[in-house]
Amino acid sequence: MGNHNVSYQPSISPPIDQISVEERCARFQSRSIKGETKIAGLKLALSMIDLTTLEGKDSEGKVKQLCYKAMHPHDAMPGIPTVAAVCVYPTMVRTARKALKGSSIKVAAVATAFPSGLVPLKVKLDDTKFAVEEGADEIDMVISRGKFLQGEFNFVFDEIAAVKEACGKAHLKVILETGELSTLDNVRKASDIAILAGADFIKTSTGKIQPAATMPVTLVMLEAIRDYYYETGKMIGMKPAGGIATSKLALHYLVMVRETLGEAWMNPDWFRFGASKLANDILMQLAKDQTGVYQSLNYFSND
Amino acid sequence: MSKKQDKKHQQLSAEPSLDFSKALSYTPAPESSAHIRLKKQYDLFINGAWVKPSKGGYFDTINPATEQVLAKVAEATQEDVDKAVKAARAAYENVWSKMPARERAKYIYRIARLIQERAREFAVIESMDGGKPIRESRDIDVPLAANHFFYYAGWADKLEYAFPGKNPESIGVAGQIIPWNFPLLMAAWKIAPALAAGNTVVLKPAESTPLTALKLAEIIEESGLPAGVVNIVTGAGATGAAIVNHPDIDKIAFTGSTDVGKLIQKAIAGTGKKLTLELGGKAANIIFEDAALDQAVEGIVNGIFFNQGHVCCAGSRLFVQEGVADKVIRKLKDRMASLIVGDPMDKNTDIGAINSPEQLKKINEYLKIGVNEGGEVFQPNCSIPAKGYFCKPTLFLNTSQSHRVVQEEIFGPVLAVQTFRTVEEVIEKANNTPYGLSAGVWTDKGSKIFNMTTKLKAGVVWANTYNKFDPSSPFGGFRESGFGREGGLHGLLPYLKLR
Amino acid sequence: MASTSTTKKPTAKKTEVASSNGQAETKQTGSSRIKVQKTYKIFINGQFPRTESGRYYPLTLTDGSIVNLCLSSRKDIRNAVVAAREVQEKWAARAGLNKSQILYRLAEMLETRSSQFIEELQLMGATKEDAAKETETAIDRLIYYAGWCDKFNAVFSSVNPVSSSHFNFSSNEPTGVVTIVAAEESGLLGLVSVMAPVIAGGNTCVVLASESKALSAVTLAEVIATSDIPAGVVNILTGTRKELLAHMANHMDVNAIYLHSNKAEEIKEVETLSALNVKRARIEFVSNWFEPKEENPYRIQDFIEVKTTWHPIGI
Repeated sequence: MGNHNVSYQPSISPPIDQISVEERCARFQSRSIKGETKIAGLKLALSMIDLTTLEGKDSEGKVKQLCYKAMHPHDAMPGIPTVAAVCVYPTMVRTARKALKGSSIKVAAVATAFPSGLVPLKVKLDDTKFAVEEGADEIDMVISRGKFLQGEFNFVFDEIAAVKEACGKAHLKVILETGELSTLDNVRKASDIAILAGADFIKTSTGKIQPAATMPVTLVMLEAIRDYYYETGKMIGMKPAGGIATSKLALHYLVMVRETLGEAWMNPDWFRFGASKLANDILMQLAKDQTGVYQSLNYFSND
Repeated sequence: MSKKQDKKHQQLSAEPSLDFSKALSYTPAPESSAHIRLKKQYDLFINGAWVKPSKGGYFDTINPATEQVLAKVAEATQEDVDKAVKAARAAYENVWSKMPARERAKYIYRIARLIQERAREFAVIESMDGGKPIRESRDIDVPLAANHFFYYAGWADKLEYAFPGKNPESIGVAGQIIPWNFPLLMAAWKIAPALAAGNTVVLKPAESTPLTALKLAEIIEESGLPAGVVNIVTGAGATGAAIVNHPDIDKIAFTGSTDVGKLIQKAIAGTGKKLTLELGGKAANIIFEDAALDQAVEGIVNGIFFNQGHVCCAGSRLFVQEGVADKVIRKLKDRMASLIVGDPMDKNTDIGAINSPEQLKKINEYLKIGVNEGGEVFQPNCSIPAKGYFCKPTLFLNTSQSHRVVQEEIFGPVLAVQTFRTVEEVIEKANNTPYGLSAGVWTDKGSKIFNMTTKLKAGVVWANTYNKFDPSSPFGGFRESGFGREGGLHGLLPYLKLR
Repeated sequence: MASTSTTKKPTAKKTEVASSNGQAETKQTGSSRIKVQKTYKIFINGQFPRTESGRYYPLTLTDGSIVNLCLSSRKDIRNAVVAAREVQEKWAARAGLNKSQILYRLAEMLETRSSQFIEELQLMGATKEDAAKETETAIDRLIYYAGWCDKFNAVFSSVNPVSSSHFNFSSNEPTGVVTIVAAEESGLLGLVSVMAPVIAGGNTCVVLASESKALSAVTLAEVIATSDIPAGVVNILTGTRKELLAHMANHMDVNAIYLHSNKAEEIKEVETLSALNVKRARIEFVSNWFEPKEENPYRIQDFIEVKTTWHPIGI
């Protein structure tokens, strides 16, 4: 995946009007998703989840349980898809790899000194290479937000390009940590930097900073992806992460993807949810649809 | 539109580059109409009571999405209008003008509250009768109508603060004639300031959309408003003429076409009646290179496809700066491809039914004219229902100022697109019209916004937004788009004499 | 009333006027000198052309003399509207303070020429006291409206507290080109009382002066011509309502008309023709222009359009 961009010019990023973006998001949320569409949407959303555990106290046991959940979201119900990936720290990649053996579920690793990214580039590259060598299919890196906010856009660009190179065959997701970028204009700039520097996916958040993913932020990133597609014909994936805990909200995100990028992006190859609680909420909704009664979390495994 | 033309359109249309056709296509989500109460037949609301029309005539009001008859509605004759005016005059002289202003306010507040309570019913009936998407009637028309009453209620006992150095006085009986595009909202725009200022009202809703005004009459009845303060008479042009020409009416307020507005202005010449007119428009919506383009595209869509383009202030002339024209048009086409045209009652419908067969015919004639003038047509490849009156959202690309689709108000989902190079050029073109109701400007540069907004000859200028309305915000036109304002402090003036 | 003229006829008339007027003048200037007789012209675009029609009407003054005034035609209206339209946006774009100073300057100049206005008003029938009062009031009224130029927008504007995240304000813009059919009964004050608020609001105007009291209008034009008011902002025609009223009202490039009248047929005609282009028609009859209530900023508001601007509030 060579890219020929060597730098980023801020002038290529259009301004963003926050109020209009919020109004557009309200329109997505006014869509009524019912019946078959709802079931199809819920299953699609489930299949797009990067089931995530990113805690200091993560254990091999916890990662194994998570992997089982990824492969068997709810065996009591037939016809349920598996999630897209399991997302862990680099030291847990090997465990996850092993636990997911035989499935098509990907292993994603957060790298580059996640979540702050405040280490020298060399350390970031080592972190990345380690995760790849351990068997990660996907690398979720963080950008240097401090440098970005200082206006050192090409520092950020070069870092991403270097990490991309270190990824080898692994897919690169670039986390913008939009909760620290302050404005939608900055979200757009960071998206353009990431895309031009070689990101396969752009991702909103680490989940460690509030706000994490929001619809306005995601819309601005989807628009950056669309503009790049218009310009080059190349598709970039999108991953909102953190803060998407309910089925209803996940469906609104799908509406947003559908009406912004169209159906080519409506699959786990091009759109993911970084989430931990979402899977069970979706399962409860699917169960409610089958049984006709509202569900309790007590009946769904919490790994 | 004929099949032959449809084919031609297909050839001229560039394929949208994003595909919205299949994945997650929304299952119908119809708003229930089970809870609404519609009578089979509506009489005239005169002097606080439901009165049969003197000649016994009734006409059908139909659902433009299904072509089914919703109810029969009384046709008011001159005799009926006379009755209504007498009731309004008596109520004015004996009750309303004598009532302390703050008591007047309480009645108006009460009407606002009752609309809020029955909001869903109003929204459903509005969409059934007029064809507008339920999302719009639910989220825009009905709440704005309730808010309008709420807003003006508060003015009733504060009028002297609105006009420094003057003593504002009510005028008397106001005759009000409203159009079919925002039936309840326009009734609110007319009645609320008139009542707040101390006048009484005879209002005629449009013949194709009388139901929500009649439901409003039910609410007015429920509110205990003194009999005769608001009278609602239904009918067509002849009923309107009877109001306009009635000798005991002191003020006429009309919203509708410029042609009819001119007839009214002429008809009341020399009678001493006060007049406000809110007429047609052909607004320029101007996109500069430095604009937030994706949001501008939303503004274009909202500007022309809101309410099927049945909007006097619709942004029906698009001007895109040369450097971004291709980009904007590509985005716009893709956005149009994601619009859902169809059942107004479906919560996901973006573009509902054209209000009447006559209006659809008029729009289709303009589509033919646009093609014959050499405009390049784009319509998305969306499906439209077989029954009912529907029109796909349409672009005419590469038009020029001399094209009729650029000059004339189409009042449908049809956008004429031109490009421009310089600021001077676009101001010149934007103002090159007899209308002056509204305009839109999209740029990220503050000083350019104010340069544009001060130079555009229009009563409402939306900068980096479009088709926004608020009870506190004055609305109305320059030039042939009419005179007088509705909304805000300025909206009081047409209903007052300043001594 | 005169009809179309030949070149000889007015000359003959003028001779007549000169001789009748000459009696009074000889006392002052001595018998040896022939008084120079003034040709009264109309005022379009800062210049003093004769009416393009070449016609005139005579006006008999209280001293028995007769002067000839231009009997303007619809083509003069057309020319005046072209001039008024040409300059309107530039006039409107001037700062309120600047317009204010320009109107004030006009008042200053009127003041220095007040004796001429008083004399002419007397020649047209006023008592000396009334003539003085009218002139002084007209000057004061100009100063009154001069002061409003940079203030009325503050009084009539609003910031509107809309419910959505938008900044929304309404401000005032001139209606455009206004035709003024000035009061017949009040040749100077009636004209100034309407012209001043119309131009203070940023409009330009074409005035049809009082037919019977036209001298004040012509002299006012001469003062305006040497004031700082840009050419075309005020254009003053003399002539008859009967002939010109319809053309003042039906011109498609005129945005508003002021008619001072209490005649039903005039009002109906003006209102009817105004409908051609949704012209704003302001019609009134003021019996006493001296009343303080006749000077107020609502006369400016009569010829302004409210423009409401929206912009999102975001980051």
